[in-house]
Amino acid sequence: MKKFTKLTSAVVPLNIENIDTDQIIPARFLKATTREGFGENLFRDWRYENDNQPKADFVLNNPTYSGQVLVAGKNFGCGSSREHAAWAIQDAGFDAVISSFFADIFKGNALNNGLLPIQVSEDFLAQIFKAVENNAKSPLEVDLENQTVTIIETGAQESFEINAYKKSCLINGYDDIDFILAQKGLIEEFEKR
Amino acid sequence: MSKTLVEKIWDAHVVKSEEGFPDILYIDTHLIHEVTSPQAFDGLRKRGLPVFRPQQTVATADHNVPTLNQLLPIKEELSRYQVDMLTKNCAEFGIELYGLGHPFQGIVHVIGPELGITLPGKTMVCGDSHTSTHGAFGAIAFGIGTSQVEQVFATQCLLQSKPKTMKIEVNGELGKGVGAKDIILYIIAQISAAGGTGYFIEYAGSAIESLSMEARMTICNMSIEMGARGGLIAPDQITFDYIKGREFAPAGEEWDKSLAYWKTLYSDADATFDSVLTFDAADIAPMITYGTNPGMGMGIQENIPATSAQPEKEKLSYQKALDYMGFDDDASLIGKPVDYVFIGSCTNSRIEDLREVADFVKDKRKADNVTVWIVPGSKQVEQQAKNEGLDKIFEAAGFQLREPGCSACLGMNEDKIPAGKYCVSTSNRNFEGRQGQNARTLLASPLTAAAAAVTGVITDVREMLLQEQR
Repeated sequence: MKKFTKLTSAVVPLNIENIDTDQIIPARFLKATTREGFGENLFRDWRYENDNQPKADFVLNNPTYSGQVLVAGKNFGCGSSREHAAWAIQDAGFDAVISSFFADIFKGNALNNGLLPIQVSEDFLAQIFKAVENNAKSPLEVDLENQTVTIIETGAQESFEINAYKKSCLINGYDDIDFILAQKGLIEEFEKR
Repeated sequence: MSKTLVEKIWDAHVVKSEEGFPDILYIDTHLIHEVTSPQAFDGLRKRGLPVFRPQQTVATADHNVPTLNQLLPIKEELSRYQVDMLTKNCAEFGIELYGLGHPFQGIVHVIGPELGITLPGKTMVCGDSHTSTHGAFGAIAFGIGTSQVEQVFATQCLLQSKPKTMKIEVNGELGKGVGAKDIILYIIAQISAAGGTGYFIEYAGSAIESLSMEARMTICNMSIEMGARGGLIAPDQITFDYIKGREFAPAGEEWDKSLAYWKTLYSDADATFDSVLTFDAADIAPMITYGTNPGMGMGIQENIPATSAQPEKEKLSYQKALDYMGFDDDASLIGKPVDYVFIGSCTNSRIEDLREVADFVKDKRKADNVTVWIVPGSKQVEQQAKNEGLDKIFEAAGFQLREPGCSACLGMNEDKIPAGKYCVSTSNRNFEGRQGQNARTLLASPLTAAAAAVTGVITDVREMLLQEQR
């Protein structure tokens, strides 16, 4: 799994609430049998017209915005459990997603792939959107070790929660299978109960 | 110590619990399908691992399959490849597959219960968010991502933090023309598409207890639409009667032993839930959604809530949803023309749904402007419908009875709603593009969908039922 420690980057703002995984990657693109290549269809129907022409007003088509951090409105990743959503975001070059609220399954899927979901307060989320509105290149620092997000230009900082085990997985690039496999004896014992 | 039902089942499945780590939770049954499994099988190959407990894994092909001429090779190349890949993977790893042509094939959440695989007290997972359906039997059942599918393949376990618990009580009697789908759409509209996030929900109360198993499945199915990991209902005599005699249900001595255990599966009277909500069944009308998430629903006689009434920071997203749907603020949907009616999906494609629709449309005919698809949840449902002569009723009404699969719920196969068209759908999601690019979905019950099919417009089914009584 991809490791994550710290990054400083401009952000891509997507100020919409309840972004479901059907928007992140529509079902018709779920027919691939590998994990790669989903990035080109990330937000497909918001990003392209039906004739595949890019929609100029969509943020991913706007060269003003770039960076490894996607910032979105609350309840990000709701709906379908498709892990393809996390793969698509990662494949498009993002390493972290910031929102004021994440859907459970998406959050788990992201963590299992080394894509860091960062839940911040509504107020701090609004501050990030404001900073990007004032300066599209306004950089953000994400520090996993110290569990903080900082808007560098204003110095505003907020800490975020992450399960201690998941944090160590991200920092070291371990995944859950490595962890559970080490306990196989316990599982076989459990089955005999 | 008193426990909730979720805690009882959870605690019985914890292999290891350690401070600072998620629990290692044992999974009794793993259901798989063609879309979310191939990368997990690949992962096993890369690690050189077998499937740890293939006999606790059941596969079917449902998401991609055509719903016409299923015995012919699948026309769409990528779909065919994905379904073939499932066949190949199941053979290689020793997993039972109910693929196309098998009498048990169907939507994964329909076949588990009908085959007696879904049982009270079990832990069940599937790479599909509607796995919560199985909770209707008093099981802990939830959807997982593909990395977790690989985990369960490799270890028959998952690393999971114990969820918070919520009790939703619905008491009293439902009105005529109001059913399980209306209950769940009502609850979601009340608490929003995110209102259950982080929770496992136990549904209780007299209105829930009086429901059939199939109606209970409709309720639990949509738990994820308010963000909940799962939903469940304590098993009772209705549950036991449903299970008894099914293909893989315990029998003989095993039955008696299982039954004795199942009867201990309820939340203790003084158990504490993290949250409790109570609703009155009499307040629930036939529901319909007007927006692009399942929380945007209302009683069918109500007007669409105004954008100006939404919280400031939500106005933009709200207006975007109404624009997508082509609806105005404060408008009524009654009388609005519809183009398609889809009766199917893991929410509403069971035999009772088909019977209810057939009973309503008998001696009626669909409106000329509407295309109606009925997609049964499984081969067994399809066969049962034919045995009961429902196919004849549908044919006479101009409703097309197709073959089983997920179909137009998510439009991975050819069953797509064209751009801009309105579809009254018994499925579970009205997200943008869910049923086809730029398609517009209105979620409703099978009865409300059938009423729209007959009149060609959004209709309050209660008025039609009243007229028929006269």
